[in-house]
Amino acid sequence: MTNSIPEIEDASCVLVIGSNTTEAHPLVSHRVFRAKLKGATLIVVDPRKIQLTLQADIHVPLNFGSDVAFLNGMMHVILKNSWHNPQFVSERTEGFAELQAHLEKYSPEKASQICGVPPEEIERVARLYATSECSTILYTLGITEHSHGVDNVKSLANLAMLTGHIGKRSSGVNPLRGQNNVQGHCDMGALPNVFPGYQVVTDENIRKKFETAWNAKLSDKVGYTIPEMMDRLIDGSVKGMYIFGENPALADPDTHHINRALDSAEFLVVQDIFLTETAKHAHVVLPGASWAEKDGTFSNTERKVQRVRKAVEPLPGTLPDWNILCELGARMGLSMTYTSPEEVFNEMASLSPIFSGMSYARLEADGIQWPCPSADHPGTLFLHEGKFTRGRGMFSVIDYRPPEEMPDDEYPYLLTTGRRYAHYHTRTMTGNCPTLHKEFPAPFAQISFADAEKLGLKDGDSAKVISRRGELVTPVRPGDIVPPGSLFMDFHFMEANPNVLLGTSLDPVSKTPDYKVCAVKIEKCPAET
Amino acid sequence: MDYRFVKTTCPYCGCGCQMLLEVLDGNLIGTMPHKTAPMNQGKLCIKGWNAHEFVRSPNRLTTPLVRKNGSLQEASWDEALDVTVSRLREIKEKHGGESVAFLSSARCTNEENYLLQKFCRAGFGTNNVDACARL
Ligand code: SF4
Repeated sequence: MTNSIPEIEDASCVLVIGSNTTEAHPLVSHRVFRAKLKGATLIVVDPRKIQLTLQADIHVPLNFGSDVAFLNGMMHVILKNSWHNPQFVSERTEGFAELQAHLEKYSPEKASQICGVPPEEIERVARLYATSECSTILYTLGITEHSHGVDNVKSLANLAMLTGHIGKRSSGVNPLRGQNNVQGHCDMGALPNVFPGYQVVTDENIRKKFETAWNAKLSDKVGYTIPEMMDRLIDGSVKGMYIFGENPALADPDTHHINRALDSAEFLVVQDIFLTETAKHAHVVLPGASWAEKDGTFSNTERKVQRVRKAVEPLPGTLPDWNILCELGARMGLSMTYTSPEEVFNEMASLSPIFSGMSYARLEADGIQWPCPSADHPGTLFLHEGKFTRGRGMFSVIDYRPPEEMPDDEYPYLLTTGRRYAHYHTRTMTGNCPTLHKEFPAPFAQISFADAEKLGLKDGDSAKVISRRGELVTPVRPGDIVPPGSLFMDFHFMEANPNVLLGTSLDPVSKTPDYKVCAVKIEKCPAET
Repeated sequence: MDYRFVKTTCPYCGCGCQMLLEVLDGNLIGTMPHKTAPMNQGKLCIKGWNAHEFVRSPNRLTTPLVRKNGSLQEASWDEALDVTVSRLREIKEKHGGESVAFLSSARCTNEENYLLQKFCRAGFGTNNVDACARL
């Protein structure tokens, strides 16, 4: 996030796009409600009538996957009415002329044809966002989990820069991270192109620094992303795989493909606290400790590093994960003997400028937000104040591209997926919480009243959902949440896991699979006798 | 009686709510919101309130497992760690470090993620480490 969570409540216009905030980030939606109580305008852009739309001043039910067209339409209107911020544009950005020329063709009428939002509505949203004193954008996987996710994110950046709604208190572009430490493992360099602290592996000086510190020869070649790893397991060019605390057998799209990849591994190690679907494929399973049984830190979605503290001893037979990794490192002959997570943190901070001012002692009270470059630096509440990381902000010229797979005669419905409030990811943790299990024991698919009637489906009936890649059976719940022609499923349950239906079309830049849109057909299952 | 509250961070979503784990004689018995944390100010969602429940689930793994004759069998820590390193090292020597890949965890701590990428980069000379940040 460029801003902090508490700042949201002081925004005067909150634009929520592709984020089911009340279910996925409950304590962020709380700040959105407060902003609303303080008089902010709340705009929710989402094809579904999610809970947040009930509080919204405007709900924009755009067509699935048409975000770029909608956002370009908004920007067209903003420029036409001179609602943009020329001072911000000239002082802080580049590439404006190209963007301006490109947006010519996205009149609200043209945008409307693609996104299904009436031109007047595009204009109204554009005016409210652009002319409010302090506008902010919140987005989640609804924006990024598309085969054109990077386009969506860049379009949002265009919009914020055009109007100068970034780099201020309560005003910016804020991705809400799904899992507790998604921010953290990126920060720690568990990515194929960067070392800890986002220092690129292709920079020779940076590489030298790490080679000296770790006393090892390091590669200057960007590594494989997860989808590439899976493909290479199948073609045999990757033979050994180590999976730490993740469950791709259930979480990744196109389950059959992933299972084949995992089974192709010559040697597969899984480190986890439960025997997950993925662990069942492994040659070695290493039982780690849960978060309550070890010390460390997490980084939340507002870049704040906070302490995790050991409350109870690890379950007999298990080891804290940092211990396991140190043991492996030592056996590999690496300098990885640490006596505590604090020592690991200090080594990391000494090598990463954005963390160099942090220590466990300083994190003790309330945590610190990076960048925090020195011991007397208070941390950074919001990013891009006065200057972007790269100097000037670059506008990108983005065209609307339709989703890879759209409904057709044979597969007439559009399937989309997401989270539920009581569960988390593949339920390895929440499925083992009796209270949460009781709250939400089984999956169901949401369908519109009109389609349910057409298919002869009543609440609780079972339907067979078929895509080009697989099929499953799920109970359905008709309602007014999803628009006609579509179906919504969560990805928490193994017994009805939409990932067997989804494709593997990836965003060409970020390699994010298209989790949000795929074409399916729906058949009523005969009643059991 | 040893009755304590331990301040920690919620293990679920990216909000990072601060919570107090309630510990009685070494057992985790409850979760409470932290009242003065600027982020959540005394509130938690339903997942957070029940975060302690999975920690002592009977489904937890309690021993390393090693595949022998096609099935996963209980093994000692020494055996499991030795097999892991010797097999990975063998693959590296035969096919190069590029033939090994690591998938890191959004659920584990920063320190553990740091250690994993260090193990990958320094141990195998490859940048084949990724995380499901994009997932
Ligand atoms: S309590 Fe709920 S909102 Fe807060 S971090 Fe945990 S899961 Fe997220």
